[in-house]
Amino acid sequence: MPPARSWRTYPQGYMLEAARCKKCGKTFFPPRLVCNKCQGREFERFNMQRTGKVVTHTVIRTPSDEFSGEAPFAVGVIEMDDGPRLTSQIVDVSFDEVKIGMPVKLEFRRLSSEGDAGIINYGHKAVPART
Amino acid sequence: MAVGIIGYGAHIPRRRIKVEEIAKVWGADAPSFKKGLELLQKSVPALDEDTITLSVEAARNALARAGIDPKDIGAVYIGSESHPYAVKPSGTTVAEAIGATPDCHCADFEFACKAGSEGMFVAYGLVKAGLIKYGLGVGADTSQGAPGDALEYSAAAGAAAFIMGADDNLMIATIDETYAFMTDTPDFWRREHQFYPSHGGRFTGEPAYFRTVTGAVTGLLDKTGLKPGDFKYAVFHQPNGKFPKRAAKLLGFSFEQIEVGRLVPLLGNTYSGSSPLGLTAVLDVADPGDRILMCSYGSGAGSDVFVFTVGDRVRKAREMAPKTRWLLDENVKYVEYGEYAKLRRKIRLAEK
Repeated sequence: MPPARSWRTYPQGYMLEAARCKKCGKTFFPPRLVCNKCQGREFERFNMQRTGKVVTHTVIRTPSDEFSGEAPFAVGVIEMDDGPRLTSQIVDVSFDEVKIGMPVKLEFRRLSSEGDAGIINYGHKAVPART
Repeated sequence: MAVGIIGYGAHIPRRRIKVEEIAKVWGADAPSFKKGLELLQKSVPALDEDTITLSVEAARNALARAGIDPKDIGAVYIGSESHPYAVKPSGTTVAEAIGATPDCHCADFEFACKAGSEGMFVAYGLVKAGLIKYGLGVGADTSQGAPGDALEYSAAAGAAAFIMGADDNLMIATIDETYAFMTDTPDFWRREHQFYPSHGGRFTGEPAYFRTVTGAVTGLLDKTGLKPGDFKYAVFHQPNGKFPKRAAKLLGFSFEQIEVGRLVPLLGNTYSGSSPLGLTAVLDVADPGDRILMCSYGSGAGSDVFVFTVGDRVRKAREMAPKTRWLLDENVKYVEYGEYAKLRRKIRLAEK
């Protein structure tokens, strides 16, 4: 990912910045310009809580080159407690422990890097929520 | 105006490797390493964990305990000997991820294992000078030891973060006094472009660690008129289990005073995170009024010493983020040497 493209997504990647429609209250991650529920165009930006649960999941064994060193790894759709859903790796857990409905927390992690000399891209990955 | 810690947080990777697992690969005698270094295991970062990610998580835990608006943090300092970039600050990413940018001073510190306490020291100094409202100092490392070297048994990963401030109603522990001790002592180093550090073997002991730590603590005690018995807890830099015990004995501190903050037998040496992480474990259990001494050590060589007095808010604040012993003891996953070698990028991969 080129530096400029990565940089443009920092608010979402680093802070989980989402948008809440001022008219109907629907939340979006990433933020969008027009609400798909009420066509509202005014949004309030907010940073999501980093907690949610697994909606569905799978294991990637043959990834693209960018992630080849990490395979196999779990990926899931996470429904955040603030509403929006996002796709994330699920790490620090054995595959048979990952279940639908499992509570997770998003931790700050390296997502990828442009070889040994390029930039490192950071963002969030899901880990099991433990109290 | 009392200045001190208004938020603290720790983060430790979940993976561990046992001393036996490393020893069997290199034909070393595990029992003698365990006895000689007083180490049982060490933390191992995942492929996607580095000084920046560990710092962000520790800083978020510190923010949770401080309960402040991150925009009020006027300085972010990350101390590490394993910054992911040679040129590009770790601190900018950490500051951005916790929401402290753009009105923020930022710098990365390096001084072997002392870089974390340097960040704390400077953040504290700027708050005390009235230049900033709050300052964040983080000590974090994902340290490397050369395969088969004695350092491989201890070089670990972890981070501790401290937010300094002057709000009486937020005070977790005041900083009552500081002292720094510094000489040019070549006991441990890593040259540019080298993957693994080098060290002076036994030279790292008496003329380096012990001379510096005892010199620093003696200097602080002389400066303040305090005695070892005036402290409930003491935290020394812990490159292995034995060094902090011996330093305590030389200085007149008891094992009971250092036991709570001596995490190294189960954690390994987290370098810049070492004594700061020990301090977080002490704050997790300390009572208001307890006095704490913390002495870092960085090869090269120097020590920063702090005197803290615990405030009333510690009991409430400690419940707002994971405690350090919990991070150390719970949800741990053990890895074998092969996976460890992959995670620590010790395996040479094909060029693409």
